[in-house]
Amino acid sequence: MKLPYFPGCTLRNKARGFDASAREAMAILGVELVELMHWNCCGATFPLVVDNLLDLTATARVLAEARAEGPALSSEGVQLAVACATCYNVLKRTNLVMRDNQEKREKINFFIEKDYAGDLQIRHLLEVLRDQVGFEAIGQAVKKPLKGLKVASYYGCMLLRPSDEIQLDDVENPRVMEDLFRTLGAEAIVFPHRGECCGSYLAVKSADVAMEFSYRVLSSASRAGTEVLVSSCPLCQFNLDRRQGQMAQVYGGFRPLPVLYFTQLMGLAFGMGPDGYELDKHYVDPRPLLRDKGLIR
Amino acid sequence: MTSEERLTRRALIIGAGIAGIQAALDIANSGYEVVLLDRQPSIGGHMAQLSETFPTLDCSQCILTPRTVEVGHHDLIKLLTYSEVESVSGESGDFTVRMRRKAAYVDWTRCTGCGLCQEKCPKKVDAEFEGYLGKRKAIYTLSPQAVPNKPVIDRENCIWFERQKCAACQKLCPVGAIDFEQQDRIVEERVGAIIVATGYDLYPLAQLGEYGYGAVPDVITGLQFERLLSASGPTAGQMRRPSDGKEPKEVVFVQCVGSRDPELGMPYCSKICCMYTAKHAMLYRHKVPDGQAYVFYIDIRSAGKGYEEFVQRAVEEERVLYLRGKVSKIFRDGDKVVVWGADTLSEKQVEIAADMVVLATAMVPAAGTLELARILDIAVDGCGFFVEANANLCPMETSREGIYLAGAAVAPKDIPEAVAQAGGAAAKVLALFAQWMPGEEAEMQAAALMQGAR
Repeated sequence: MKLPYFPGCTLRNKARGFDASAREAMAILGVELVELMHWNCCGATFPLVVDNLLDLTATARVLAEARAEGPALSSEGVQLAVACATCYNVLKRTNLVMRDNQEKREKINFFIEKDYAGDLQIRHLLEVLRDQVGFEAIGQAVKKPLKGLKVASYYGCMLLRPSDEIQLDDVENPRVMEDLFRTLGAEAIVFPHRGECCGSYLAVKSADVAMEFSYRVLSSASRAGTEVLVSSCPLCQFNLDRRQGQMAQVYGGFRPLPVLYFTQLMGLAFGMGPDGYELDKHYVDPRPLLRDKGLIR
Repeated sequence: MTSEERLTRRALIIGAGIAGIQAALDIANSGYEVVLLDRQPSIGGHMAQLSETFPTLDCSQCILTPRTVEVGHHDLIKLLTYSEVESVSGESGDFTVRMRRKAAYVDWTRCTGCGLCQEKCPKKVDAEFEGYLGKRKAIYTLSPQAVPNKPVIDRENCIWFERQKCAACQKLCPVGAIDFEQQDRIVEERVGAIIVATGYDLYPLAQLGEYGYGAVPDVITGLQFERLLSASGPTAGQMRRPSDGKEPKEVVFVQCVGSRDPELGMPYCSKICCMYTAKHAMLYRHKVPDGQAYVFYIDIRSAGKGYEEFVQRAVEEERVLYLRGKVSKIFRDGDKVVVWGADTLSEKQVEIAADMVVLATAMVPAAGTLELARILDIAVDGCGFFVEANANLCPMETSREGIYLAGAAVAPKDIPEAVAQAGGAAAKVLALFAQWMPGEEAEMQAAALMQGAR
């Protein structure tokens, strides 16, 4: 199965390991992620100002392009697969505006000189895995089960909220990532802060506040016995990973915790990687743990 | 209108909670026959589960039991418990009601209620009546005070029905009342009027994931807390939390759990929660004098005789800490239950590491209300409660002549209000019966009643 794929900017620079592992892991499962020929930034935030249509134009342009290119790329051309949780959130919500709001659709289409009706299906890789590939097939692809690895899945905000628009999983008690990691042989740790905010863009303006948010997530995961935290969002990954040095200075007794992308562990469980996974680019080095568990050399 | 001779001065009451019981006694004590039906094995409804009642702190069992016993012994009340209405035909004055008497697998005409079967049954099951905090056997009565005091076998859990083994109850029953072959029976009754008093259930909390109900054992509903408070409950009235049996030193009570939330389809106020939460906090403090109770509320609605004074007592005498705001998340952290909320008066976010949380869960119409409405051909509102003929002037009547309403099946109500409405519905039925009476007979009856009164 070929799926049109939107990597997004971050997966092209800071999070190349996410992109590489996603493509490799999905390929093992028979899903070829075919990158759109023309794409631009998704907009990176869904505007909170209701009448600010300008912020939606970049996103709408991606959607229109995907709709135009898709059918030539794959028979599943009305779908657009996304790995980054933030891109997914922005694309999916903008798509709903284009589908359901005639006035906004007409204005935006006029501005970007397209004629897009909102008829794409925006699908996060986790949805593709759960609904199109299925956990049974995933289980059959496992070569190196993540046995004994205590994996906590971090959803953050973007994968789940707002729930009536995103509808990826139960907003309070999601399970798709835990189901995935159990399928991969890991011990799935459920911790109370898995849907709490990481601090998000506060990292730019009020780094200390963002750090406190991230610290709460990490310490909650640690208390639950976590060995590695997985995310599907480069910004969450950055906030949770990069600030740990500072946290160690501020919070007594803080234990560092590696933060990976879910696709990196998938790839390793399928016996692939770690070439291109850029495990060395993580601030808290995950390699000692992964070596310890026999997942890398 | 049916011809005079077909008019049946006999009433069916559907639901034997406090409202149904009150209406049944009022009608029966006026000299008319009543068929009192409930789907549970015994009568009393939710009131039988309560520990104490507001605002007087009467023991709920103690004030209810005389009523249930009177119902059980009344010559004019025919009890049909463990039964459900299947169909209703006819019209005011001449209804024919078909009812399903569910198989109890016990011949109640033989059973003496000795209780030996329950004692010897080896199969323990979480008891619905105890909010699943206590156990019952596979053959059980709801409580030791059950009326009628006859057990039923829960087929799902009975070892005999599972693998044809055990039959301890059958072997030991001194009167041979156990009958594994028993089938559901359809019975028919002719009545002239019907009172619907089917009451309420609690909103299913699985749909409110943020409160952790089901995932965190020490997050319980108000009804479960009633059982913890009750001397006949699973802890014999000792304040012990479900997870580890420890005495909780900090308890958070959350009001408006589901109520007043249009997104969940419950825009209404459940009306009783402000009062019973104050009662819960107060009774908790009586049991744990060094404990701290917190209450999260949106507003305090304590309109009723002695109600506001009652809430003030909780605040001033019991030092219950009221926080005005909603709770956003409840989760387990070690052996604590952490509550995140807002205190909108100090404009601060609040985090409480509590030992137990009690949710004042929204009241919803009892399961099956919609089906019953279809059977009776009467209306329900958008929230599923029965609709009065006129909310102002005909609060006991339905759109159908001869069918009346009482209690929390109409809207959330506390005990005094449910009892008042039940008395009203009974009066409406009696007025109807009086209308049907030929003049001479009515005079004779009035004279007989007068004589009785002397």
